[in-house]
Amino acid sequence: MFSLDLLLDAVVLGVLLGCFYAAVSLGLSVSFGLLDVPHVAHPAFLVMASYGVFFLNDRFDIDPLLAGLLISPLLFVFGLITYRLYYETFERRGSDAAVRGIAFFFGIAFIIEVLIILQFGVDQQSVTASYIGKAWRIGGMRIPLRMLVAFAVAAALTIGLALYMSKTFMGRAIRAVAQDEEALRLMGANPVRIKQWAFGIATAVLGIAGALLIIVAPVEPTLDRAYIGRTFCIVVMAGLGSITGTLIAAIILGVAETIVLTTFGASWAPAISFAMLLGVLALRPQGLFGRRL
Amino acid sequence: MNRSSLPFWIGVSVFLLAAALMTQLISNEYPFFAIYGILQFVVLAVAWSILGGYAGYVNFGTSAFFGVGVYTAVFLSKALGAPLAAQIAAAAIVGAFLGFAVGLITLRMQGIFFSIATIALTIIIETTVTNWRFVGGAAGVQLQRPPVLPLFNSYVAMLFFVQAMLVVVAIAVARYIQISWIGRGLQALKDDELAAECTGVPTLRLKVMACVISGALMCAAGAPAAMYLQYADPSSAFNLNYSVSVLAMSLIGGTSHWSGPVIGAVLLGTTQQLLTVTISSEVNVLVLGVMLVLFVVAAPEGIIGLIRRARGARAGGEA
Repeated sequence: MFSLDLLLDAVVLGVLLGCFYAAVSLGLSVSFGLLDVPHVAHPAFLVMASYGVFFLNDRFDIDPLLAGLLISPLLFVFGLITYRLYYETFERRGSDAAVRGIAFFFGIAFIIEVLIILQFGVDQQSVTASYIGKAWRIGGMRIPLRMLVAFAVAAALTIGLALYMSKTFMGRAIRAVAQDEEALRLMGANPVRIKQWAFGIATAVLGIAGALLIIVAPVEPTLDRAYIGRTFCIVVMAGLGSITGTLIAAIILGVAETIVLTTFGASWAPAISFAMLLGVLALRPQGLFGRRL
Repeated sequence: MNRSSLPFWIGVSVFLLAAALMTQLISNEYPFFAIYGILQFVVLAVAWSILGGYAGYVNFGTSAFFGVGVYTAVFLSKALGAPLAAQIAAAAIVGAFLGFAVGLITLRMQGIFFSIATIALTIIIETTVTNWRFVGGAAGVQLQRPPVLPLFNSYVAMLFFVQAMLVVVAIAVARYIQISWIGRGLQALKDDELAAECTGVPTLRLKVMACVISGALMCAAGAPAAMYLQYADPSSAFNLNYSVSVLAMSLIGGTSHWSGPVIGAVLLGTTQQLLTVTISSEVNVLVLGVMLVLFVVAAPEGIIGLIRRARGARAGGEA
């Protein structure tokens, strides 16, 4: 029932899908992985970005990727504000921050969901662009062009963010704040401002990620729930905060999902990311390329 | 303790008596239909607080427990035609086992990792049920209500009374835990698990116990829902909205006292009923989200905390 051809197909598609998953998880890898913010609203922000792209594409006929770039600055500011609010109400007050922080972000996720429904309705929405709907044939295999676009952009985004984190001053500062906040404070730097900047970057990246999300498949307001599992699975499996680890973990998830999809059928797909997440948390909580827990 | 228990038990008896009287005096089904939903949330919120409030483990798997309760009832009524009481009892047992599993998760995971693990559990169970043909799969299943007991005018009235009894059970259990050594132990491990363990608090036993009790109550609360709606499908039985509603109710009410989740559930449950009927279910979710964020930011101790602070301020002013 399971031929080699089919397996090869699944692996190729899985790798493409995995790179796309990496793109949508990068932001969480920074906000949750490096900054320890329990950002369960990350997928909701992602879907919100997708709707922003949809709006620009639908109204002004702007290419989805360009639209994603255009809304990035807005998202950046949105991220700054969100982190400031989180910091003032939870991190600074200290006790119990994690518990109520999760509740806070869940509340925000719900608010975003409903606002999207009220604005755009519950129906699925999609974008139009020249590369959507076409496919390449390589050998006997048919690869949708939009998956290739998503793959290329996702790879560029991942490499870009990894370079930013390792080469620029701000990127190194962000990694430093994740390592030892107190030491940074003693050096005379303000860790809160660095973290706020990092959260802004993490949210701005969602502009492109949101564009990819709506390029790969139509979006609906409650799509974020499926991506809670995927994004957290990837970030935890990667080991918190590792950007290259995120890419590898995402590819593992992508391949696993595609293989299960072709062997057992689509109805089992939602459980895969969560099952892998549970497995990783139980067996190797520091992740594959882990920093610490 | 006995002296302070007396008003509580009198209050409980009055509540049950009033519920029983209602079922005899009111023939219109709608009030029961509406209040049932609120009572169901009271049970869920009180049960959630046993683990989430006293022990500080934020369980996002309320919908998992609720859904498992619903589907235990569905399975029993389809396979054996079991009566309602048996459905609820079985759901409580299954819920206890599921709670035990969640308790084992707490062994390795705390904070957000625990919360995410409980979401994971919810989705995995939902997916399994979706792929389970016997109970209808993704399309859901229609159920036929058995004939109602002669004591009641209608089946909904009976379900209402059953849920009222579950409320009493849940509150009595939560109150007992709160005032006994179990509650003090859970409080200790909430503040500092390591320190509690070091000073001889049996943290693991307490956590598992809280998970089992909380799980059994939540599943039991879900069981009658199958007959209440005469229909069940995985995506609504396991809907994440239950988890967030219950979390919001508990946090809004305040989790340091058993009455907090009751207040929160009655308040938010009533608001939701009114909003769903008068405006729309979307606005209802919006209000839920806004209330949750507002309370978490502005009143972290919930309504109970606000009342206490008001009382404290007055006492301070007099002294």
